[in-house]
Amino acid sequence: MKDNAPGMTLIVKTITRLTVGLIMIYGVYIVAQGETTPGSGFAGGVIIALSFIHVMLAYGKEVAVKKIDVRRGLLLAGSGASAFLTFVALGIFGGARRTGPPLLLAECAIAVMVGAGIFVIFLALVLLVEDVSKRL
Amino acid sequence: MELHILLVFMIVAAVAAVEMKDLISSVIALSAVGLSLSLAFLILKAPNLAVTQLVIEILCMVILVRATIKRDLPLVKDGRWLFNTAGTLLFIAVFLWCAFFALKELPVFGEPSLRVAGVYLAPGARRPGVLNVVTAITLVFRSYDALGEAAILFAAIVGVLVITRKTGKATDEG
Repeated sequence: MKDNAPGMTLIVKTITRLTVGLIMIYGVYIVAQGETTPGSGFAGGVIIALSFIHVMLAYGKEVAVKKIDVRRGLLLAGSGASAFLTFVALGIFGGARRTGPPLLLAECAIAVMVGAGIFVIFLALVLLVEDVSKRL
Repeated sequence: MELHILLVFMIVAAVAAVEMKDLISSVIALSAVGLSLSLAFLILKAPNLAVTQLVIEILCMVILVRATIKRDLPLVKDGRWLFNTAGTLLFIAVFLWCAFFALKELPVFGEPSLRVAGVYLAPGARRPGVLNVVTAITLVFRSYDALGEAAILFAAIVGVLVITRKTGKATDEG
């Protein structure tokens, strides 16, 4: 690994590589178990977004932007919001909620929207801070 | 008892966060406030809120550290301290005076004036296959409310992206 590689030191990168998958799995677990245990789509989505932020802090923003840039993240957030709107619209127009789709789908929609949205907000703020400090 | 200890700790940490000169120390003190708020939710038997509060606190701390780690903004404190102190004391007095009358009207802790929660928590309530009561309330009984929250959150995301984009498209060459 080169010395002038972006991001933090080798120790931080190694620990990030080992832990980021566990963090993401924990977020998915929080989303999936929202019906039976404490936790919900919102908290799980934020944990998933935190795993991406973890990668971005350790490896520099280029690696994370390669996976999700602002445009793609906004697309994900919009699709999650549309899915949740569809879920609720099924409740309005499709009669009783008890025969509708399972709640897990709603949790997943909220998780996708929150996760992608918060990561995109973080990305936009970091890019803005670097832009401003470059201009100063 | 634990709740009162946590409340006192939160007040002390918040005052420390305001009064500290160093921005990083201030952010750390603020995160201590959030952590004890999460513990307070746990003591009040609201684990859903505790999980969400903890996660959001971590996110806010990361954003604040990332935003404040490079610069040190000195606070302007000289001059007009008499006016500032007098204004603060006057505001506190007015606030306490209004709160004295407002707090007498509030219902007792643990006895809300709205009776809807009793319907949600009734033993025969229709909660198909949902063991977690909070999820049942937010997504079964109050789906439209959750839709409104999602709309607000989505509007916030789009608003941040619109504000923080680098240049407007019309003034790209300027």
